[in-house]
Amino acid sequence: MIADIPILSMIVFSPLLGLLAVALLPKSYAHYAKWIAFGATLIPLGLTLWLYAAYDAGTGGTKYAELATWVNASLNKEFLGDVASYTFKLQYQLGVDGLSLPLLLLTTVVASMAALASVHIKKRRKSFYLWFLVLEVGMLGVFLARDLILFFMFFELTLIPMFFLIGIWGFFGREKAASRFLIYNGLGSAIMLVAFLLLVVTAGFQVEQTGQQAVQLSYSGSYDVLLRNFADPNAYVNLVPDAVQGGTPFYMSESMRWTVFLLLLAAFGIKLPVFPFHTWMLKVHVEAPPSIVMVHSGVLLKMGAYGLLRFGIFLFPAQVESFSFVLALLGVINLLYGAILAFVQKDFKLVLAYSSISHMGIVLLGLASLNGIGLNGAVIQLVSHGLISALLFLVVGSLQERAGTTDLQELGGFARSMPFMSGILLAAGLASIGLPGLSGFVGELLALLGLYDTQPALTAVAVLGIILSAAYMLRSVLAITFGQVQERFTTFRDARLVEAVPMIVLLALIVLIGVYPAVLTSPLKHSFDFLLGQLSGGGDS
Amino acid sequence: MSPDTVSNELAPLSWADAAYFAPEWILLAFFILLAVLDLFLARSTSRAVIGYLTLTGLVASMGAVLWRLIDRDQAGSGEGEPVADVIRLLADSYRIDDFASMLKLVFLAAAALIVLMSLGTVKQEEVPNRGEFYYLLLPAVVGAMMMASAGDLITLYVGLELLSVTTYVLVGLRKREVKSAEAAFKYVVTGGIASAFILFGMSYLYGLTGATNFGAIAQAFQSQQAIAAPELLYAGLFLLLGGFGVKIAAAPFHAWAPDVYQGAPTPITAFLAVVAKGASLAAMFRLVFSIGFFASAPGWPIADDIFLLLLVLAAAAMIVGTTAALVQRNMKRLLALSGVANAGYLLIPIGLSLQDMHASNTGEFGFYLIAYMLMNIGAFAVVSLVERSRGEELLGGFAGMYHRAPWTAIAMLIFLLSLAGLPVTGGFFGKLFILLGAAQSGAYWILAVMVASSVISYYFYFAIARQMFMRSLGDDTPIPVPVTTGIVIWICAALTLVLGIVPTPLLSWMNEHISIVTDLLVR
Repeated sequence: MIADIPILSMIVFSPLLGLLAVALLPKSYAHYAKWIAFGATLIPLGLTLWLYAAYDAGTGGTKYAELATWVNASLNKEFLGDVASYTFKLQYQLGVDGLSLPLLLLTTVVASMAALASVHIKKRRKSFYLWFLVLEVGMLGVFLARDLILFFMFFELTLIPMFFLIGIWGFFGREKAASRFLIYNGLGSAIMLVAFLLLVVTAGFQVEQTGQQAVQLSYSGSYDVLLRNFADPNAYVNLVPDAVQGGTPFYMSESMRWTVFLLLLAAFGIKLPVFPFHTWMLKVHVEAPPSIVMVHSGVLLKMGAYGLLRFGIFLFPAQVESFSFVLALLGVINLLYGAILAFVQKDFKLVLAYSSISHMGIVLLGLASLNGIGLNGAVIQLVSHGLISALLFLVVGSLQERAGTTDLQELGGFARSMPFMSGILLAAGLASIGLPGLSGFVGELLALLGLYDTQPALTAVAVLGIILSAAYMLRSVLAITFGQVQERFTTFRDARLVEAVPMIVLLALIVLIGVYPAVLTSPLKHSFDFLLGQLSGGGDS
Repeated sequence: MSPDTVSNELAPLSWADAAYFAPEWILLAFFILLAVLDLFLARSTSRAVIGYLTLTGLVASMGAVLWRLIDRDQAGSGEGEPVADVIRLLADSYRIDDFASMLKLVFLAAAALIVLMSLGTVKQEEVPNRGEFYYLLLPAVVGAMMMASAGDLITLYVGLELLSVTTYVLVGLRKREVKSAEAAFKYVVTGGIASAFILFGMSYLYGLTGATNFGAIAQAFQSQQAIAAPELLYAGLFLLLGGFGVKIAAAPFHAWAPDVYQGAPTPITAFLAVVAKGASLAAMFRLVFSIGFFASAPGWPIADDIFLLLLVLAAAAMIVGTTAALVQRNMKRLLALSGVANAGYLLIPIGLSLQDMHASNTGEFGFYLIAYMLMNIGAFAVVSLVERSRGEELLGGFAGMYHRAPWTAIAMLIFLLSLAGLPVTGGFFGKLFILLGAAQSGAYWILAVMVASSVISYYFYFAIARQMFMRSLGDDTPIPVPVTTGIVIWICAALTLVLGIVPTPLLSWMNEHISIVTDLLVR
């Protein structure tokens, strides 16, 4: 039976095959490392595609779920009286649902394309691909982990390879950028760990009756356990201490719920990034090698939004509901701030970096709407922006390799020497500003439609940002493709095959989502039912 | 032995009881034997043979501790009783229990790894008396073991002094080096003052209770209902805390550590960082838990204050240690300051006190101590290699290590990840368990401080990684790795990873076997 195969584990860890092969590659064959790594990224891509095809939104992903106890460490129970066992449980728990699945697909696609785009990497190729594959394992794990501590470990696992990928293979200011990346994200994950531990010792506490008298007590970070306990009015997390004889340390008071929610918001806000925590990502966008920026902007930023949705919003619907205005406000600030600053940048990479901030603002708007349309819009926007920014940085990498700069004042007139690449750049730019028929449009439209139901005033302001995005994106893209023709640029070769293939693939997906968004929305169909049921207004989709 | 009621009469040591001291006897016998051997060996003979014999002694002693541990476990495996009675020697002044045995194993293993690592890296011209270098470690370990087993203030103090005095000598062994002499002098002075403070603090405890045994002190406190002069108790506790604060190098009592760590021969630095620190922490642990809960006086929340004070000390150590390390360019000084922060982490399980739902203090402490031992000794072994090839131990010496010794660089990366508390290493789970304990106890502020200090520490741990992997020195001549040092590095790296992947057995063993009431508390 197919369900018996641990397909999710295979997806997460298959890049390790490539890692092993690259590590064992003799030095004189180092130039093959790229193809091995690319091949290794195709395995999770293929498996994910298969999973996508086989996924049934009606039954959800429960049949693919994997559960094994990794750590089951006894705690000291000598003061607890008659207790069979008292343990801290860390589950190796993977699961997939309509929310994980699109992001999983995004990760595998972007990773494969980035592996191809890494042709520009000239030094220490073997190490580059080793770190790259570790990074992919981390990213895949983040979207599939269903245990808080496991999620945290995968999240940290992306940190270490990114530090080295930026610091060794980046541009001039690479080491500073790597350090700043590490400290900001380290801070984010530290805040996340605090929030998770508070959840583990309250909502993660479980009492299981086994046999006649024996009671098994355990702390667990399992997402299912948390959801179950939060939903159960008789779980310790919901029992006011007065109701239990002798008090209980497991009760989560209203203020504690708020604290944990705000901690999660801060933790994932740094990753997203939410203004004013965005400075680290500008440096990364400018200094990291382009193929790594593809991954960073395409996938890593999405981990922030995913975490916020999965842990912040799903676990604390009541808090989110009364906080939705602030969330929407943060989204509008991101949207406008990013758009306005993108307009005045001189470096194309910075234009794109600020544009990312702006687009992540739209994701926040979709989340803040707290209705089916808006949440769907947020997820589509995540995937769409992941694809678009990966494509844009792919082109940027090729441009930079040829021209040696990304300064807008120096670039210009590429349409003549490189018609293909200019066309792709133009298409990506149009997708980014939300042209109908391309993926950006669907996400923005749904997110704003959703928000209009709840916060019409803010929606009106947000639309202003959309107009601005057209202005800044067209300004820079048109300047590069058509602007002043520079003499030294006329001899450039157009895209090579290894550059053209990922460009075409990414653009094809952008068009596909644009004309047929159901490919994303159909697995999403029932993913928000549970959340919408929890909200006081009830769901409408 | 093991009378039902603790008597303060000093019973003579019977021959049967003497057998319980086997681990200590073995070390002392080897010490005397090797001291004599060193005298008679020809000057030209390599002292490595003494090193190997020291190693043999340490391993034999480890065997003896392990044998006793297993023997007691089996003796108690009958119905009802999970563990046999604690062995109390000399009127409960010397205890053989699981807490002590676990720590003894850690100290012995640490010393063995340190001896093994020195065999490859300590040069004749650097340490003129290499024989002393090895066999003086034996009485130092005996001192540490006594501190782990001590149930009495006097025993504790004797162990402490035995450890301190031998390490004073060991620090100054690089006779021709000005730095080493300076370090030894600083260490003697601050160490001596700290010992005096500890002794002075003990005298207050004795004055208030008329007893030196931990259990007897606790009983006296209990029978007094209210202590006549709580101020005096506080004075004594402050003195003890200050004295032990110096010994474990917790801020604000840490100023000696960078100088001494820098001046001492690198393996001795590792010994100070792991064994000397661990022994003092263990002694504090037992002392505070044994007497902390029983002192009471109206209007004076004595127990709360003691534990709060420990947490404050821990917080200060974590904050000061990590921030001071940010600007440090010398590796040994940097690891000294990192050790200050780690002393803070290790103080947390002690300061968390006990709650119904949280009594895993010994497990948290022991697990992190073992993870700390592995990563620290490993890191010091790598530092000693760099020091040997470059003649200095500045951070810049690590530049281009990835090209010069790729495997060692990878091992060092494992140690750094563990020190920074990143998965999948022993350091990660060590910190996670301590954090979990803090969350269970509701001590959220210390949780926040510990997490913040870990993040700040990323900066300097990864600065080393940056040197190793991103910088280049120009010359790519390989760094020679002596076999013994290489073995130590890879034992430490492998075990660090093992603890990061399967932490369950170790933590479960400690939490199931080391009971707070029967093993830790002296009653």
